[in-house]
Amino acid sequence: MSKSKFKNPVVKWIDHRLPVFSFMDHELNHYPTPKNLNYFWNFGSLAGFALVTMIVTGIVLSMNYTAHVDYAFDSVERIMRDVNHGWLIRYIHMNGASFFFIVVYIHIFRGLYYGSYKAPRELLWILGVLILLLMMATAFMGYVLPWGQMSFWGATVITNLFSAIPLVGESIVTWLWGGFSVDNSTLNRFFSLHFVLPFVIVGVVILHLVALHRFGSNNPIGIDVRGTQDTVPFSPYYTIKDLFGLSVFLSFFAAAVFFFPNFMGHPDNYIEANPMVTPAHIVPEWYFLPFYAILRAVPDKLGGVLFMFGAIAVLFILPWLDRSSVRSSQFRPIYKIFFWILLLDCVLLGYLGAMPAEGIYVILSRIATAYYFFHFLILFPLLPYIEKTKPLPISISEPILGGGSAASAFAVREKR
Amino acid sequence: MIKSLLLFFSSHISKLFISLVIISLSNFSFAAGEKISYPQLNWSFSGILGTFDRASQQRGLQVYKEVCSGCHGMRLLAYRNLKSIGYNDDEIKAFAADNNVNTINDDGEVVERPARPSDKFVSPYPNDKAARAANGGAYPPDLSLIIKARPDGANYLHALLTGYVDAPKDQKVPDGMYYNKYYSGNLIGMPQPLYEDGVEYADGTKATPDQMAKDVTAFLAWASEPEMEDRKRLGVSVMLFLFLLTALSYFAMKQIWAPIKEK
Repeated sequence: MSKSKFKNPVVKWIDHRLPVFSFMDHELNHYPTPKNLNYFWNFGSLAGFALVTMIVTGIVLSMNYTAHVDYAFDSVERIMRDVNHGWLIRYIHMNGASFFFIVVYIHIFRGLYYGSYKAPRELLWILGVLILLLMMATAFMGYVLPWGQMSFWGATVITNLFSAIPLVGESIVTWLWGGFSVDNSTLNRFFSLHFVLPFVIVGVVILHLVALHRFGSNNPIGIDVRGTQDTVPFSPYYTIKDLFGLSVFLSFFAAAVFFFPNFMGHPDNYIEANPMVTPAHIVPEWYFLPFYAILRAVPDKLGGVLFMFGAIAVLFILPWLDRSSVRSSQFRPIYKIFFWILLLDCVLLGYLGAMPAEGIYVILSRIATAYYFFHFLILFPLLPYIEKTKPLPISISEPILGGGSAASAFAVREKR
Repeated sequence: MIKSLLLFFSSHISKLFISLVIISLSNFSFAAGEKISYPQLNWSFSGILGTFDRASQQRGLQVYKEVCSGCHGMRLLAYRNLKSIGYNDDEIKAFAADNNVNTINDDGEVVERPARPSDKFVSPYPNDKAARAANGGAYPPDLSLIIKARPDGANYLHALLTGYVDAPKDQKVPDGMYYNKYYSGNLIGMPQPLYEDGVEYADGTKATPDQMAKDVTAFLAWASEPEMEDRKRLGVSVMLFLFLLTALSYFAMKQIWAPIKEK
């Protein structure tokens, strides 16, 4: 079989001893993929693209960056002003972080809507949540590196959260800082970790892909692939679709980089860090705002920290919280509505995270936080007992072939 | 009844969602705090195709040099950078040579020499403490990044520079402080810097405070983002390329998928 697959004798020789070409042929070329995937399935490859972009631009930036409290801010400005196209590299990296999170958040909500976390894809989902956690740590430390006011005060606020841990909290914070305040040693270790964590992410992404290719992609109707009639080979069908998705993504990304590079940043970060001057409002980057809102919604410091981490923790156990065996929301009329409420809830939390913690914002934050945990801890386990799901189609290719009219749940869906 | 309500809800909720996203996006750059609104000016450098007005920038440099530079530094800018606002090498050399920088001579003594184009703009004070001491404790911020370091920077700066008015009767203005209607808290340590004919423009433009504020803002906007014109120009080419790539990949995708979709 491998004899006839490759014509090039060198490739054939290598592949016989080291079957990398067979592997790529199998996983990237023939890899059978459900033929009914919609555009929401583009975001996985987009996230991969974003990761590579961040690593490549980050390595170039690190060649010009100085991790020292006296020089960090100026070294970033030197990149912006004197390094050839340094502004481009830095703006790609800076906006790339935001776009990476946009893509990953859409990817996660896609998984929530179509039940992609359900058996047998539990580990695939858990690895994904782990990637999210690593991304957050990496992004947080990266934001400290330009050593602006928000870098410094954001780092101070977030690292101080660990002081809420009983007994050892203060010692842990001192240990994290490498001193008694956010200072040079903090900046150095954050730079070091910010450099290395992305490669850890690459490792987990590889595991994520191995787990994905075990059972293949989920699909919009959420039923298992029955045979070859339900799939198409990954190439050319999904390589071209991913290329189209990438072009659209790059159009938005380039528009931000070239025309609104500072829209998602905070002006205060163009003021050099000053431990003697606290900004009026310390706000994290937008992608942390929902979690920041949860943190501030709880009146107790330790409680706030626990709820904030709990918001991620519930994602890890989601495959076992959701008791419904039906994957896709298309056949879960009640869950579908709650899905949109959860999405609205998260956007609301993000908005509240940017507002001052006072008056109506606090009350709304508490309601939104309560809903978030209600959704995961109560709704997911209990909803299947009261929800009447719609009948599932027999196979993926049936509705595409036009199938039976009365029996098909698809016919109902199409009419709407 | 409940079912139809739910149906209605689910069909409209995505629209609601999108509008909420837009609302929250439009708000989050002004994250929190009482908001003072500044007059919104029509800057030549705003917008996707906006460029700097060279004449205005050069007048702005004059305002910076004759008015602002008494207290405010521009430490991230080098004299050589002035080339991109239309000065030639000789002009830059002469401009730089008006300032002195410290250097160490062959005998190890600290001596002064005239600044060269490769030097950074010389700050008016040797250090932050000297700057504070000379200004009643208030620190005159470095202006290299001032437009990027303030929300709605250009409009803010123009408003601030023209915002000196008489304090309301119930407002007590302490010694060394001044009343400015656009400054957060209204009391600012900087005295009114711009007065009618405070500078004499070489090109004959009437030096009103409003004109000077506009010019120095144009100059400082460039100082904050010297790459802006290059960035936008490159951006237009990149966008054109990406639209082409998007269209090509779209039609290629349609063609490749056609046999599958027909079935």
